[in-house]
Amino acid sequence: MNKHVMDEAIGETRLDRNTQGVIGKGAPRYEGKLKVSGTAPYAYEHLGGEDVAYGFIVPASIARGKIRSVDTSAAEAVPGVLKVISGEKIVRAASQPMAPAAQTIDGEVFHYNQPVAVVIADTFEVARHASKLVKVEYSETEGRFDITNRHTVREPDSMPMTPNQSRGDFEHAFAEAEVQFDQTYTTPSYQAAAMEPHATTAKWDGNHLTVWTSHQLLETAPGQIAKHTGIDEDKITVHSPYIGGGFGSKLGLGPDAVMAANATIAIGKPVKIALTRQNVFQATSRRGETIQRVRIGATKAGKITCFAHETDTTNSPGNGFFEPSGISSLFLYPGKDRIIAHNIVETDVLMTSAVRAPGEATGMLATESALDELAETLGIDPVEFRRMNEPEVNPQDDRPFSSRRLMECIDEGAKRFGWSDRPEKPASRREGEWLIGYGMSSASRKNDLMPSAAEIEMSSDGRATVRTGMTDIGTGTYTILQQIAAEMLGLPLDMVDVELGDSRFAASSGSGGSWGANSAGSSVYVASLALIRELASRLDADAETLTLKDGHAIFGNKQIPLPDILKGETISVTGKIEPGKQAEETHQASYGAHFCEVGVNVVTGETRIRRLLTVGAAGRILNEKTATSQCYGGQIWGIGYALEEDLVIDKRNGLIVNHDLAEYHVPVHADVPALEVVLLEDRDPHASPLAGKGIGELAIAGVGAAITNAIYNACGVRIRDYPATLDKVLAGLPDDYLTAA
Amino acid sequence: MRPFEYSRAQSVGEARTLGGRYIAGGTNLLDLMKLEVETPEQLVDITRLPLNEIKETEDGGLKIGALVTNSVLAADERIRRDYEVLSRALLAGASGQLRNKASTGGNLLQRTRCGYFYETSRRCNKREPGSGCDAIGGFNRIHAILGQSSNCIATHPSDMAVAMMALDAVVETQQADGHEREIPLKDFYRLPGDTPHIENELKEGELIVNIRLPKPKSGYHVYRKVRDRASYAFALVSVAAIIKTDGNTITEASLAFGGLAHKPWRDPKIEEMLVGQGPRRKLFEDAADALLAEAQGQGENDFKIPLARRTLISVLAEATQGA
Amino acid sequence: MNVTLSINGRYHTLDIDPRTSLLDACRDHLALTGSKKGCDHGQCGACTMLVNGRRINSCLTLAVMHENDTITTVEGLGTAENLHPMQAAFVEHDGYQCGYCTPGQIVSAVGMLGEIGDGWPSHVTKDIKTGTELSGDEIRERMSGNLCRCSAYPNIVDAIETAAGKTKEPA
Repeated sequence: MNKHVMDEAIGETRLDRNTQGVIGKGAPRYEGKLKVSGTAPYAYEHLGGEDVAYGFIVPASIARGKIRSVDTSAAEAVPGVLKVISGEKIVRAASQPMAPAAQTIDGEVFHYNQPVAVVIADTFEVARHASKLVKVEYSETEGRFDITNRHTVREPDSMPMTPNQSRGDFEHAFAEAEVQFDQTYTTPSYQAAAMEPHATTAKWDGNHLTVWTSHQLLETAPGQIAKHTGIDEDKITVHSPYIGGGFGSKLGLGPDAVMAANATIAIGKPVKIALTRQNVFQATSRRGETIQRVRIGATKAGKITCFAHETDTTNSPGNGFFEPSGISSLFLYPGKDRIIAHNIVETDVLMTSAVRAPGEATGMLATESALDELAETLGIDPVEFRRMNEPEVNPQDDRPFSSRRLMECIDEGAKRFGWSDRPEKPASRREGEWLIGYGMSSASRKNDLMPSAAEIEMSSDGRATVRTGMTDIGTGTYTILQQIAAEMLGLPLDMVDVELGDSRFAASSGSGGSWGANSAGSSVYVASLALIRELASRLDADAETLTLKDGHAIFGNKQIPLPDILKGETISVTGKIEPGKQAEETHQASYGAHFCEVGVNVVTGETRIRRLLTVGAAGRILNEKTATSQCYGGQIWGIGYALEEDLVIDKRNGLIVNHDLAEYHVPVHADVPALEVVLLEDRDPHASPLAGKGIGELAIAGVGAAITNAIYNACGVRIRDYPATLDKVLAGLPDDYLTAA
Repeated sequence: MRPFEYSRAQSVGEARTLGGRYIAGGTNLLDLMKLEVETPEQLVDITRLPLNEIKETEDGGLKIGALVTNSVLAADERIRRDYEVLSRALLAGASGQLRNKASTGGNLLQRTRCGYFYETSRRCNKREPGSGCDAIGGFNRIHAILGQSSNCIATHPSDMAVAMMALDAVVETQQADGHEREIPLKDFYRLPGDTPHIENELKEGELIVNIRLPKPKSGYHVYRKVRDRASYAFALVSVAAIIKTDGNTITEASLAFGGLAHKPWRDPKIEEMLVGQGPRRKLFEDAADALLAEAQGQGENDFKIPLARRTLISVLAEATQGA
Repeated sequence: MNVTLSINGRYHTLDIDPRTSLLDACRDHLALTGSKKGCDHGQCGACTMLVNGRRINSCLTLAVMHENDTITTVEGLGTAENLHPMQAAFVEHDGYQCGYCTPGQIVSAVGMLGEIGDGWPSHVTKDIKTGTELSGDEIRERMSGNLCRCSAYPNIVDAIETAAGKTKEPA
C-alpha cells in the first residue's frame, strides 16, 4: 500500500497546477441524476421484488426500571407474524461512534420508549399492529430527567476531546480583572432529524450476512454486527451507498441494523426495518442539553485577559460521550489564564451523542453571545473587539496556527454585509411592525485528518474507478473524489467512476467531524500519485514531470493516449493517508464569520431572518458548489438552533414529548431567505496533501449567536436560553411598541 | 393501525347505512390510526360522494360541500372575494399537500395536537376517558388558556374553523336515520368539561354534508396567525376578524380566536364592546382585557395571554386604519 | 383486498391489506421506491405524489382509496437518462444534498407550479382577490411542506425558478 503520513507541509501539487481544470469547479454531483429520478437506492430499498419480512419496534412505556415480563402471545397469534424477538440482546439505542458494539438492554429500561422487543411479520401493516399487542410488565423505578438537578455528576470520557483543560490561574486572574463578565447560557437537547429515518435491509443466506444500512462509518459496522449476532465478521458485508442524511446520528450503528440482522438469521428470509420517525427521536441518539457558564476577564481598553467556559451536559448510564461545548474556546479566545471544563450530568433519557459540529454548535451559541455582550459593555464594536483579541499563537499551548484567517473573514464579511450601517443602539430601527437589527459572530471548527484508504483501478481503456469504504451522506463525497482523481490523472470527469459504501472496499475515515473530504480525498490523492508512478515507469518517464491531460500522457514532446500505455492491462493501486507530525506541530482549524440581519415583530415577538452572510476560509475548496451547499446547511441549522429547535423532555417522566416533525420544528423553506456564502481562496499546506480543511460543520458554528445578537440589536432583548422563541422575546418587548410606527 | 373493514360509499344514503367511521381526506384520521389513538373497526370511504361543489344559496350565501378540499375552497373566487378571512385562514394552515387532501368537513373535526394525546403510553382523558391528563403540569406550550377544565387543557388546531366561526357558518348534517339537521358552528363544538373525548355535537353515524356560509360580511377581513416558524406550524394564537367601519365608528365586528381553547373561541361580549365606538387604542385594550379576563395559563403557555392581547390590539388597529 | 392503481401510466393490480398507505403500496409492493418515507405522518413531504395532477402526502392516504385515480410519482416525471426539466434544474443548481427529500421536493414543485398556473393564492400572496405571480417568497411559502434537513432550500428555490422559466409557454 502506498502511504503518505502528514509529517511535512505540502508543497505545490498537481492540484495547484490544475492541468485538467476540474478541481474546485462546481461540477454537478456524480450521483445527481440517480437522486433526482428516485433511482438511487437507500438502505430500505434494496431487494425490491424479493420475498421479505418487515420489523416494527415495541417501545417501553416507562423511562427507568426492570422488565418483569414480555408476553408475546397475542402478537404471535396475529396471522402474518413470524417472530417476536425480545430479551437481553435487544439494543437500547444506536451505538456510540466507533464503539465496539451498541449497549444491550439486559432486562432493563434506560429511557422512555427504549426498544423492548421487535415484531417481525410478512407485512409492515401486520408488524405495526402486532407491536401494540406485545404486553410488557415493568418494575418502575425513579428516573433522573432534569439536568439542573445534578443528581449524578461525573467526568466525561476523552471523546471527542479531553474534557477538562486549564492553564495558569483563572480564578486569580478573573478576580483581578478590570472588567468581569459572568453569564450563563443554556441550550436544549436537539435531534439530528435526518430526512431518512435509520433503516436496514438484512439478508442471511445460511452462510453470509449482507446488510444494507444507513450508516456514516462503515469500518466498524461488520465487527459490531458480528458481536450482536455471533456471526464471524468475515461473513458479514455491510453496504451504505446512499444515506439520507446523518449529521452524526448515523456514526453509530442504528438499532435497526442489529435487529434486522438478528431477525433474518432467526427466520431465514430477508428482513427490512425502517425506524419510524418517533423511533428516530426516541431510540437512536440526540444532542445533549447544556448549561454553560462563560467568564471573561478584560481590561477596560478591551483586551481579554482570562477566559473560562464551563459546561454541564447530559448522558445516560454507561455513556461517556459528551457535548464538548468548550471545543472552540480552547483556541479562539486569548488569555493566559483559562479553564475549559465539562461535566456529564447523568440522566435517564435517550443517550446523547454526536450531532453536526459537536461542541461548536452549542458552545459558540454561548461564547459568541458573550463576546457581543462584553463588547457592548466595553463600548467597542463587536468586529473591532474581535480584532483586538486575535491571538498570535494557540492560547492553550502556544502552538502556531497552521493558518488562521478569522479576521480576513470578518473584514470581508463586514464589508460585503454593510456592517457599518448597523443600528448603533438596540431598538432604534423600525420598519412598520418590524424592528431591525444586525448581529455577527465568529466561526471556527477544529480540523482533523483521519487515516483513510482508497483504491483506484484504471482499466485498459483509460477509465478510472475509485473505490473506498467511504460514505457520502449528502456532503458531495462521490463528486469530490471523482474530481480529485480526474485532476490528478488528467481525465475528463466522465472517465472517472466512484464506488462507495461497501465494507469490502479499502478502509476509510467515514463521514464525520468534517474530516471526510480531506481524509478520503487525500487517500485518492496518494493512490493517484502511485498510479502516475506506474504509468511513468511504463513510459520510462519521470513521474514528477509527466503531464496527464484529457486521457493522455504528455512528456518531452510526446502525447500518448492512456490505452496505448496500458496495452490491454488493468492497473490497480491503493493509497492511504495518515495524520502525522503536522497535526501535533500546528493547531488546525477552519475559520469564518457570520453576519445577520433580522426583523423582530413588535406585536408578537416573532423573529424573521432578512439576510444572512457567511464568509469562510477552509483551505482548498474541492467543489465550490457542494462546499457552498454545505455552508447553506450550516447556516440553516443555525437558524433552527437560534429560533426553533428544542427537544422537550418531560421532567416528570422522561418522555421526549415532541417526538415528530410536526412538533419538533426544523426550519422550513419559508424560514430561509436568500442566503449568501463566500469562500475565501485559501490553502492550508499543514492540514492535508489537498491543502484543504473541513467545511461541513464550519458554517453552523456561531451562526445562531449572530442571529440572537441581531435580535438584541433589533429589540434590546438578550436571549441566553436558546431557542429565541417568540415567548422569550415577547417578555422583553414593551407595550408601547404596539403603536404603529 | 388496527385492522378494519373498508367499504366505499357511492351515495350519502349508502354511507349512512354502511355504518362506521367516515374517511374523506384522511390526513388526521390516518395519522391517528397509525398510532392507534383512533381505532375504528369499520371505515367508510366517502370520497366518491357528490359533496364537492360550492353552490350559491338563495339568501346570498354559499353552500360548501363537505368534501371540497381546503385548497379548492381557499382558491374559489367567491371565497377570495367575499369571504377573504376564510381563504386567508385556510392558506395559513398546514401545507400545500395537506390542503389538497384535507376536506372541509374533516377540517372541522381535526383533533388536538397535544403531545400526551398522541403518546398512547401517557394519560389522556380525551383518548382514554378517566385516565387523567398529563398535559397539566407537563409540556403545555400549545395548550388552552380559555375554557379548559381540570380534565383537559387541549386546544383545537384548525385555522379554517376559526374563520368559519367568525363567519357564522352552519354545519348541515345527515344523521344515521336520514334525519337532516343544521348546527350553527357556534353550537357545534363543546368545551372539555368532564367529557373531553366528546368534542362536538355530532351523533354516532352523523355525516357532515355541507357547511353553509351566510351572505358575505362586508368590511375588513383579516386572519392573523402567530406560530413558531414562518410556515407549516400550528397556531399559538390566531385571530380572525371582520370589522366594518363607517369612517368614524365601528359598525360591525366579528372576531374569533384560535390556539386559545378547546374550540375556536368567539366571545360576543367583545364584539358588543367594539360596535358603535370610535376606534382607539384604549378601546382595543379594553376589548382584549375583556376577552382574556378569565384566561389562565398552564405554565409553559402563560405567554399566550400577552400574545393574544397584543395580537388582538394589533389586528383591531389594522382593521380600523383610516377610520 | 384487490385494488387497481394507475401509476405513471401503467395499471397495477394488487391484493393488499386495506391498511396499506399509497406510499407503502408503491415502496413495498411495486418496487417504486422513488417516493420516500420520512415521517409517515404528513409532516415532511418526502412522500409527495401527484394524484389527478394535485400533490398530496402519499403516506396519509390508503392505497385502496385510489382506484381509478391517476397517480404520478417521481419515476413518472423522468428517468436518469431523460430528466424532466425540474429534475434537470435540481442537478444544475445542486438542489439537494443527501437526496432523500429530493423526489418529494421535485414532485411537489411540479404540482406547485400547476397550482400557481391555476391562479391559486398562497399565504404570502399580497392581494388574493386578484392573482398571484411566481416569486422567491411564493415558492418558499408553497414549498414549506417539504422539509430538507440538509437544508438545500436556497438551491431548491433557484432550481424551481429555472425550471419554471423553462417550462413556461413561449410568449
